[in-house]
Amino acid sequence: MPRPILLANARIVDPSRGLDSPGAVVVSDGRIVAAGPEAANQGTPEGWEVFDCAGKAVIPGLVDMRVFVGEPGAEHLETLETASRAAAAGGVTTLVTMPDTDPVIDDPALVDFVLRRARHSALVNIHPMAAVTKGLAGEELSEFGLLKDAGAVAFTEGRRSLRNAQVMRNALTYGRDFDALIVHHTEDADLASAGVMNESEVATRLGLPGIPREAETILLERDLRLARLTRGRYHAAQLSCAASLDAVRHAKAGGLSVTAGAAIAHLSLNEGDIGSYRTFFKMSPPLRSEEDRLAMVEALADGTLDIVVSAHDPEDVEGKRQPFAEAADGAVGLETSLAVGLRLVHSGDVPLLRLVEAMSTAPASLLGLAGGTLKPGAPADLAVVDLNRPWVVTEEALNSRSKNTCFEGAKLSGRVTRTLVAGRTVYPYADGERGA
Amino acid sequence: MEISALLDLAEEEIAVSRQIEKKKQTLRGRTQINLFFEASTRTQSSFELAGKRLGADVMNMAVAVSSVKKGETLIDTAMTLNAMRPDILVVRHHSAGAVELLAQKVECSVINAGDGAHEHPTQALLDALTIRRHKGRLQGLKVAICGDIRHSRVARSNIILLQAMGAQIRLIAPSTLLPTAIDRFGVDIFNDMRQGLVGVDVVMMLRLQRERMSAAYVPSIREYFRYYGLDVEKLALAAPDALVMHPGPMNRGVEIDPLVADGPQSVIREQVEMGVAVRMAVLEALAQHLPNR
Repeated sequence: MPRPILLANARIVDPSRGLDSPGAVVVSDGRIVAAGPEAANQGTPEGWEVFDCAGKAVIPGLVDMRVFVGEPGAEHLETLETASRAAAAGGVTTLVTMPDTDPVIDDPALVDFVLRRARHSALVNIHPMAAVTKGLAGEELSEFGLLKDAGAVAFTEGRRSLRNAQVMRNALTYGRDFDALIVHHTEDADLASAGVMNESEVATRLGLPGIPREAETILLERDLRLARLTRGRYHAAQLSCAASLDAVRHAKAGGLSVTAGAAIAHLSLNEGDIGSYRTFFKMSPPLRSEEDRLAMVEALADGTLDIVVSAHDPEDVEGKRQPFAEAADGAVGLETSLAVGLRLVHSGDVPLLRLVEAMSTAPASLLGLAGGTLKPGAPADLAVVDLNRPWVVTEEALNSRSKNTCFEGAKLSGRVTRTLVAGRTVYPYADGERGA
Repeated sequence: MEISALLDLAEEEIAVSRQIEKKKQTLRGRTQINLFFEASTRTQSSFELAGKRLGADVMNMAVAVSSVKKGETLIDTAMTLNAMRPDILVVRHHSAGAVELLAQKVECSVINAGDGAHEHPTQALLDALTIRRHKGRLQGLKVAICGDIRHSRVARSNIILLQAMGAQIRLIAPSTLLPTAIDRFGVDIFNDMRQGLVGVDVVMMLRLQRERMSAAYVPSIREYFRYYGLDVEKLALAAPDALVMHPGPMNRGVEIDPLVADGPQSVIREQVEMGVAVRMAVLEALAQHLPNR
């Protein structure tokens, strides 16, 4: 039986209790016994494993609810195992996989497959989202009830958007009976058409076809009206522009069961980063203007954006070493999202408590998962973070099988030094070398 | 190299091209490969002649474009050609930025012969040369660029180059065929061709692809020709000695009336001759920087 653990002299950050204070964490039997100022006074019984966390913060492990993994079907990009190693290195203790794999996760047996593979090979908790429609074809609903019973935590079309409003209406309506959350990437396929980056002066100068903000906002507004009509549970997966945030504010003020997410990239980068056709910065939704980014940061601070995700999307050289318009979308992010998010904390734009809430507590609560908190009795899924430790992102040091990071060479402040899942240290690894 | 110096050099090349003995030795022993991922008879033959007149061994590679693995073909082809040790690659590609990407992967010099809707630098140079020969200058001229500016690398390169040389640019097009934020390019924009043409010294027409109709940019050829086609009547609004230009290939009866295309103010065929001269000048200027070992 593993020894109890004491994380001493730490700064305890637990958004589930609004707690940000000096203290300690006691872990036993894979669960949190105490976390906070009171835990510091319990002494150190004989035989405990003690970690001095002076100068570091202990936060609930991140719950990343938008992670693309290549398993099944594209294991050369990422497996559940390699994704979980990347997650552990980034302080992510729970990751939620997207259904757009090969085959598509639209059948209870496939949900079960992912869960079994994860149990067998992964270092962190893994929960799959299932497809809203069979085969992601946008036509017939998948079996929400059976899929949920099998372990699907929500329903999404992954990278795709539902074109047919009637199908979305029925998904929200039928989903309500099963308390199913519909998570949607909002991009109007016709307006986006051949677009490959934000529609703007930058795109015109590069000679690249643009995607107008309206491609996102129009579909989002349609969905929000359907959420009002059906009273279903709706989450906008990844927003990118100021106008969409206004739509979300309006919907929330109307009392709808609606939440919104953002990828770390859209909080930290803008279209200018594409520079001279840098395909690692090609993603969907596209990076927008600096004004949009600032609006996104403000929306994170004020809670309009409930959740921050990595939108981890591994792509290999074949997919990225292409002319910009033909290159694959997406960037990896499991290992860097916390450190990049901390930029917003260091700059004073977002309080640490709020960032951790958006990356951990809020997604856990939205999906009904046990993590995202340091309350006594909760699973000991947590990360120890040296908030000011500088480091430089390098491709070679990434645990992810794919290396398409937007942050190669970036100097970041804040490094995860230890990650625990159910009380077990999953980072640094047993050999002490990997990813350090 | 200064643009003016390049144009001056091109003037010398015109003389070479008009002699019986059209051969120079500047690129003797050098290998030039024309790598065209998008068909273009005009530009490709222009570069081929230019290279040959300077003494280079020129090889044309027309790369069949498979619909799926375009980019793979690009990098793979680049690496393969690189291994054959060419001195100069002339590249045309349907995707913006593709030529730059390829240039990063090979060791030889690369000339952009047009990439997507991004740039077509030698076209802008040949247009500038044609204008300068007729007008004696570029500074202060009013140049109207008309038609499908949204999808045009020719328009973008001409805006950049002619503005740098002091010309005033007007863009004339239906709003659907103008790219986003084009008003930030320091140009005057007209949706009414009659207004836009008043007093201009140069009318530069662009080709309208037929597929713009199916993608709902414009409703029909007859409507487009009525409002945006250059006919005798509209041309009369420009300066009396205004030049009519077109990068080719022309759609007579779509963006330009045959009477104008083949009329006294047209310098369209001369543009083709200037194309060879300008490409010789570009190659010759480049030759001074090729490694000599």
